[in-house]
Amino acid sequence: MIIKKNKPVIETRRNVLKTLAIGAGAAAGASILPGFVRYAQAQSSAPIKIGFQVHRTGIGAAYGRWYDRTTMAAAKLINDNGGINGRPVEIVAEDDGTDPKRGAEVVEKFATQHNCDIGFGTLFSHVVIGSAPRAGELKLPYFVVSEGHHVASGMLNRYTLQPGITDVKSQVQAMAPFVASTLGKKVTMIFPDFAFGHDHRDYFSAAVEAQGGEVLAKIAIPPTESSFTKYFPQIPSGTEVIYHVMVGPAVLTFVKEMGEFFGPNRPEIFGFIDSLEAVDLGSSGLEFLEGTYFWEGNPRYAQADQSEHDKFYREAVGVDDNGASISDPKDVSTYSHMFGCWETLHIVKAGMEAAGYQGPADRAKLIEAVEAMTDMPLSREHPQGAKRFNGKTHQTFGHQYISRVESGRLVLAHTTSIEDTLYPDETDYTTQSF
Amino acid sequence: MNNKSKSLALHGGVIAALFALQFVLPAYHHGNLARIMVLACYAMGYNVLFGYSGLLSLGHAMFFAAGMYGMALTIQHLGFPPSAALLTGIAAAFVVSAVVGFLALRTTGVAFMIVTLMFAQAFYLAILNLGEYTRGDEGFVIQQADRIMAGVDLSDASNRYFAALILFSVCMAVTLRLVHAPAGRILVAIRENEERARMLGYDIFRHKLAAVVISGTLSGLAGAGYGLLFGYAGASFATVQYSIFPLLWVLLGGAGTVLGPLVGTLFMFYLIDLSSGLTSAYMLIAGAVLVLLTLFARQGLVGEIRRRFAPWLP
Amino acid sequence: MDLGPYLFLASLEGAVTAAVLALTAVGLSLVFGVMRVVNVAHGEFFMLGAVLAWWVASLAGGHPAIGFALAVLVAPVIAGAIAAAADFIVLKRLDYDPENTIVATIGILYIIQQTVLMTYGPDARPVEAPFSYRIYFPWFGYSAYKLFVIAAAVAILLGVWAIMARTRIGLVLRATQLDRETAQAFGIPVERVYALVFGLGAGLAALAAVLIVPIQQAHYLMGGDPLLLSFIVVIIGGLGSLSGTVVAAIIIGMSDGIISVFFTPTLAKIIATLLVAFILVFRPTGLFGTRSA
Repeated sequence: MIIKKNKPVIETRRNVLKTLAIGAGAAAGASILPGFVRYAQAQSSAPIKIGFQVHRTGIGAAYGRWYDRTTMAAAKLINDNGGINGRPVEIVAEDDGTDPKRGAEVVEKFATQHNCDIGFGTLFSHVVIGSAPRAGELKLPYFVVSEGHHVASGMLNRYTLQPGITDVKSQVQAMAPFVASTLGKKVTMIFPDFAFGHDHRDYFSAAVEAQGGEVLAKIAIPPTESSFTKYFPQIPSGTEVIYHVMVGPAVLTFVKEMGEFFGPNRPEIFGFIDSLEAVDLGSSGLEFLEGTYFWEGNPRYAQADQSEHDKFYREAVGVDDNGASISDPKDVSTYSHMFGCWETLHIVKAGMEAAGYQGPADRAKLIEAVEAMTDMPLSREHPQGAKRFNGKTHQTFGHQYISRVESGRLVLAHTTSIEDTLYPDETDYTTQSF
Repeated sequence: MNNKSKSLALHGGVIAALFALQFVLPAYHHGNLARIMVLACYAMGYNVLFGYSGLLSLGHAMFFAAGMYGMALTIQHLGFPPSAALLTGIAAAFVVSAVVGFLALRTTGVAFMIVTLMFAQAFYLAILNLGEYTRGDEGFVIQQADRIMAGVDLSDASNRYFAALILFSVCMAVTLRLVHAPAGRILVAIRENEERARMLGYDIFRHKLAAVVISGTLSGLAGAGYGLLFGYAGASFATVQYSIFPLLWVLLGGAGTVLGPLVGTLFMFYLIDLSSGLTSAYMLIAGAVLVLLTLFARQGLVGEIRRRFAPWLP
Repeated sequence: MDLGPYLFLASLEGAVTAAVLALTAVGLSLVFGVMRVVNVAHGEFFMLGAVLAWWVASLAGGHPAIGFALAVLVAPVIAGAIAAAADFIVLKRLDYDPENTIVATIGILYIIQQTVLMTYGPDARPVEAPFSYRIYFPWFGYSAYKLFVIAAAVAILLGVWAIMARTRIGLVLRATQLDRETAQAFGIPVERVYALVFGLGAGLAALAAVLIVPIQQAHYLMGGDPLLLSFIVVIIGGLGSLSGTVVAAIIIGMSDGIISVFFTPTLAKIIATLLVAFILVFRPTGLFGTRSA
């Protein structure tokens, strides 16, 4: 396998493995792996290998497919523009099965078998938390795209960063002023009964009380549940706003059953788009959502004042103006999350260029270069909007969007400022040694 | 050489080979083997109950998780040092398996499967429900600083390998000791014909309970060891899937053989690892292999070797 | 909401769960009763039913009722045929040895699940209900289709009962269940009966899924819960007893709905789960079984 400079090299794991198969068979043959030889011979033009931990199977597979497409599109763009430090980018994808144990194994594989320069791309929080200790021990920079609060909370390590997507704590607290001032002050929350849901419960309750609001009831749904109607009577009658966030394959059932239960006499409804991510808003039974509000990480429908950067990004990934795949209008994207892959890869590129990254020996320099980043303006590299990275907590902060359902489309109603999303630092990773 | 010394030589040889392998294996496989040895402890624990006593449990993830959380929660919330935490993990698995065994052994066969499954499901839901302490499905990291046992940093690759080897040796010694002891033979007798064993005057319930407790405690030891060595505790280890894994590993390697669990775990790990390079539907290949095994090697890999070549294998 | 209407709603929801569960579990119970094997892949045939229903409905087009009616006819037949083939190719060669059958059906579970993932994909896809009428009670609204599911399940269960009790096929099945050797001696083609039963069991699960898929969505991992629940139901009901299975399904389904009224949701699940465990601990033959599992 000879790689020419500037040629886009987007490799599937299959090809990589084919090359490695010879070496993998012989247990003691690490030093004679073809990859090694090439690396030694062609120091300057050898590809930069990015291990892409992707949910191909398991509960996160619908997200994984779009993370995959976005990542490939970003890698292609980077390669078309000359790669990183003149070297092409090679994406080495491995399925983690949306499972923390397999996730940790995959990180080990990136570090010790594929000899990747960095690991990248994980979404589900439990996979991140299960994998991050191994990334830290193997000194593999690990760029996650998870929106969990685990990075900023200080639970992880200096090698784990989340520079391309905001975390749930900042998203949730930024919603409270809008909900309390526009929709109502008496809120009932419906959320899944695990850590992600508990984050919503805790951070939103605190934030809405600070706005003079009140959470009347907190309804935690067991994660194994597949029907929801029986929980809706627990919504107190004085409720002005329902705040909902659900994840997993049963989300459409949840939203439809909420519609059946309330009929035309519904309270105001505010939801996180997670409840309908990758789901067509035109699905039957969702008509009742007309006039309700959603948090969006990135507006799914192209807005009237769409930025040129969003237009470019949308085209590159292959998403139409309704947030669905260009080739299949029923194949709805995870638009509120997947931009994180695009932005993170561009941050990796910027970081490697700032650090003069040559190879694994420069990993610490790469992390220091990313830690030094602060403001990232709205641009082709950051189509979701401007970001402010906090090098101490390894977490980025950015604008959040609130959209209203109008004629079956999500129309942007409010954009929060970055300041709305800030909170005091809970950790300082820069004090940890490498 | 009589059968017992042959068996001791073989198993000693396996430990020696595992010890020697750490010097020649490349980093990736070195790390894998450490993990496989810990998981094989889990499979060996399962094998005590399933292979030697003939009781099919679908709830062993509960014991694995009891060990893992018994260890991790005391580190996280009570500041225990890792050695003490390891002991509380083992103690937690001991208590859970004693209680569950006492109740579940009132049933047999499929009802036993369901009762263990239900207890394990309740245990899993309880982990989620106590999210304030356990962080539910997300789990939590056991920090590197908390994983230094008697001055040995367990997050270091060679220390981890060595610790895994010690765990594995302990579990293998316990299993070997058990199968050579009279109590182990009584378990096999119960497996083969419970009524006859009862008529011979053995206290069936007591022996079965002992089997559940030994099996559950070994599984818990594996869970606690896994958490300490790999730095993470999470609820996914308590799901049904993780109860089915040891069953598969044991069946693949050979139920009722001492080496079967290791062979089965090793085989399944690399089956998934290599086939995931060919297709994202690698579990399809795993499924096909399972079907083929039942068609052509019903007693598992080691079981077939015992049947054909080495009837003395314990 | 007041306790009365709340209990009413919870009972309705419990009845829907019970109806679908009863259909799925009766399929498993048939296989269990007649063939004495544990079919771990049963939930995957349920999932296949839902996925096939989506496929048929999306091909049919037109009014949703047309697609749904076609799915009711086609999906169970295809799922049943796949099951019968699996029996013929794999299980028969294992002589229905209990342990090997468990492993083999776990293998079949993965094969079906992953094939669906490769072809149908990881999405949860909806099938439109044949009608979308909504009933307005004074306290809440309720989908009329859910009531239809209950009625349809009752009708199908009556049909199964009639076949078992009143037809020659039913007689053959019952004879095989009672004593395989004797049945064979009397000229019953036991092999073909087994394939038929395995197919029938899978078909019932698929049919249950076709009924539920307009409420839930077709997803390649949806087979797990129905498998666990139908297992529980079959054991609680007493092995091989079809009427026991139905009663147990009603108890489990209704209690799932009603316990949720009084406890926080996850706690309710824990209590319901432990309840099942303790029923078995203190009545190991199930509520209606006479034979030990």
